[in-house]
Amino acid sequence: MTPMVDLFCLLLIFFMLTATFRAQEAVMVDTPTSISNTITPERHIITLLIAKDNRVFFNVDNGVDTSEHLRGKILQAVGQQYQVKFTPAEIKKFEVMSAFALPMDKLKAWINENDSKVRDEMHTGVPVDSTDNQLLMWIRFARQYYPEFEVAIKGDRDADFKQVKRVIDILQDNNVNKFNLTTSLESVDISLDNL
Amino acid sequence: MAEIIANEGGKQKGKKRAKRYSTHIDMTPTVDLMCLLLTFFMLTTAFSKAKVMEIVLPEKTPKDQKQDAPEVDKDRALNIILIGDNRVLWYNGLADPTKPPLPTLTETDFSDDGIRRVVLQRNKDLFIQIEEMNKGVIEGTLSIPKDSVASRRKRMMTDDKKGPVILIKADEGVKYHNVVDIIDEMAICNVARYALVDINSVEKKMVADYLAAKASGAASLK
Repeated sequence: MTPMVDLFCLLLIFFMLTATFRAQEAVMVDTPTSISNTITPERHIITLLIAKDNRVFFNVDNGVDTSEHLRGKILQAVGQQYQVKFTPAEIKKFEVMSAFALPMDKLKAWINENDSKVRDEMHTGVPVDSTDNQLLMWIRFARQYYPEFEVAIKGDRDADFKQVKRVIDILQDNNVNKFNLTTSLESVDISLDNL
Repeated sequence: MAEIIANEGGKQKGKKRAKRYSTHIDMTPTVDLMCLLLTFFMLTTAFSKAKVMEIVLPEKTPKDQKQDAPEVDKDRALNIILIGDNRVLWYNGLADPTKPPLPTLTETDFSDDGIRRVVLQRNKDLFIQIEEMNKGVIEGTLSIPKDSVASRRKRMMTDDKKGPVILIKADEGVKYHNVVDIIDEMAICNVARYALVDINSVEKKMVADYLAAKASGAASLK
């Protein structure tokens, strides 16, 4: 018995120390595959999810540690732009939440909703049309607080390229010209013999 | 949890002894708990980090400033047009309506024998060059520091003067994974020069004509 307990103890400690938790995401995104082996940066990254139904989700991290409060600052700034006022409690709550896909006027209700199931059904997509381009504002203010934000686009295999292109255009309008397209790894073997 | 078993010392009558206790801790609940925690951590840990494909696009030129697109050598240009339903069309050279005839489109797919063969055939020299370097590094016949392999590869690509210049164009209705696949194909085939560009009206018409011709061909076969 004792060796078994020892072993379990060791394994447990190992897993506890190495654990980096899988991030909860509001929507399932099935990424395309590529041979690229570059690893996503962990911090200071804006993640744009593009779901199968072309909804655009926006997510940004809090920075190196939570004391930076980047999410809160960005929310406040964008709120000011659209004349939506957030209470300190709402900002605090928003800081620990994840990706969202809501127009500005629905965001408050989403933050205050306690049932996660209802919350997940609220996502209608961040508006990206030229008439009401809220994604542009989010990216602009995010980069205002931290100019070196990297951008990862995590698109679903079956999302329309047109939508991805629109997102890329918006990013380029913000002078972001380097993108990370999130993909899953696949291996490919080729030789000239099959030519 | 810790049970204390008293020694059965009742058989010897009369003599009074100090009771000997054996302390024995029952480990089973501890093990259960550890097992649960272990399973929890094992299942929730994300071991493989998400991989990314980096792309850098040229800066947008301001609307009031006109800048001509860089000239592409006609002999080196290879155009790949993605259309919906995982279909790929390609043609060599440039489609210039002022200089007929327009190039003919060839259809292929994303399989190993499809677009990869087309690209690889055009990019054979550079591909062999890079593959030979990789092979040399792995087998030890070529001794260069590991971190300079990438920079040497890059230099080979910039020095390449014969390989194709691939223009990738996506038509309406193309799914995102098709575009990622084709960019990935460029990485697989070690293509030095490729660009993601917008489809122009001439090519749109060529695609429409091609599809119409194909549809009428299929109809006449029936």
